[in-house]
Amino acid sequence: METLSFEFPAGQPPKGRALVGCVGSGDLEVLLEPGTPGRLTIEVQTSVNGAEQRWQHLFERIFQEQMPPAMHIDIHDFGATPGVVRLRLEQGFEEIDHD
Amino acid sequence: MTDLLTKHSFVELGARQRAKALLDAGTFRELIDPFQRVMSPWLGRQGVVPQADDGVIIAKGSIGGMPVVVAAIEGNFQGGSLGEVGGAKIAGALELAAGDNRNGIPTRAVLLLETGGVRLQEANLGLAAIADIHAAIVDLRQYQPVIGVVAGSVGCFGGMSIAAGLCSYLVVTREARLGLNGPQVIEQEAGLDEYDSRDRPFIWSLTGGEQRFNSGLVDRYVADDVAQIQQTVTALMHAGLPAQQRSRQVDFYLARLTELDTTAQIVPAAVCELYQGERP
Repeated sequence: METLSFEFPAGQPPKGRALVGCVGSGDLEVLLEPGTPGRLTIEVQTSVNGAEQRWQHLFERIFQEQMPPAMHIDIHDFGATPGVVRLRLEQGFEEIDHD
Repeated sequence: MTDLLTKHSFVELGARQRAKALLDAGTFRELIDPFQRVMSPWLGRQGVVPQADDGVIIAKGSIGGMPVVVAAIEGNFQGGSLGEVGGAKIAGALELAAGDNRNGIPTRAVLLLETGGVRLQEANLGLAAIADIHAAIVDLRQYQPVIGVVAGSVGCFGGMSIAAGLCSYLVVTREARLGLNGPQVIEQEAGLDEYDSRDRPFIWSLTGGEQRFNSGLVDRYVADDVAQIQQTVTALMHAGLPAQQRSRQVDFYLARLTELDTTAQIVPAAVCELYQGERP
């Protein structure tokens, strides 16, 4: 198991918070909460060791398309593929917008 | 086909969605929610990724207007295993419900059980928590029904199968399984000839929801449908306390087991007959 930290530039904090997913096989749990303006911090606890670069690239690719809101995101990962991670993050962004 | 389109699967819902689906709309209020991060202190140091709610959702609300606390176990996280935190959440919720009743608030409890039992990584702490759950069910069920629902697909095993047995009422679907030991444990102990854990029809024929209902070990056998499960739970809450708790019928069951001829391998029909025969 590894714990990884990431930080990205961001916009304004969202109003609500959201929880999506589950720490089940091939899945992950994502907790999204409002953070300090201008900053997006992510902490990943993952069962797969040595994948820091993959997480970094995945986040960069998602956030370069659109400036994310200022949040703290906690991820508890149980071997999700990058595709599943992306789907869960997008689901989380959508739910946080609804609040 | 039209039947399929009108049904909403309960089995496919996660634990939090299940709790929400059972409670009256807008009444779901989660206690110790995942953002409070009351997580297992033991999994991380053993290299296992924890979950923010430790796989247990406790929600207060109402069902049919009646006050209730729902404890739902997430079967997809570590097989629904119960450790120190998740176990304490359930035991504490049941103890508070019993306290409510002593203060004149008739809080009922619904347990959504998808669990392999104790979490091996937390060993005795998980077992102690499960013992607390047993004691709390026995306390609460004097006042109001404690309703267990085993929907599947994990089923309910180990110490938590005893918790299921202590419930005032038990509801199962065809997907459910209920047994003290899980199939792989029995195979390991008794041998492949006796019990093949990969033989799914065989496993369900002995421990599946339909067989448990036909044996009289559970009270309601329902389809995997949100509305039907919701209606069944509501009706059981209205029914009040059972005339006699199943777990108090020790003499009846012991007498039946004494009669059993164990020289031949028992078949499902014989189990039904054994338990369902003449009742006192």
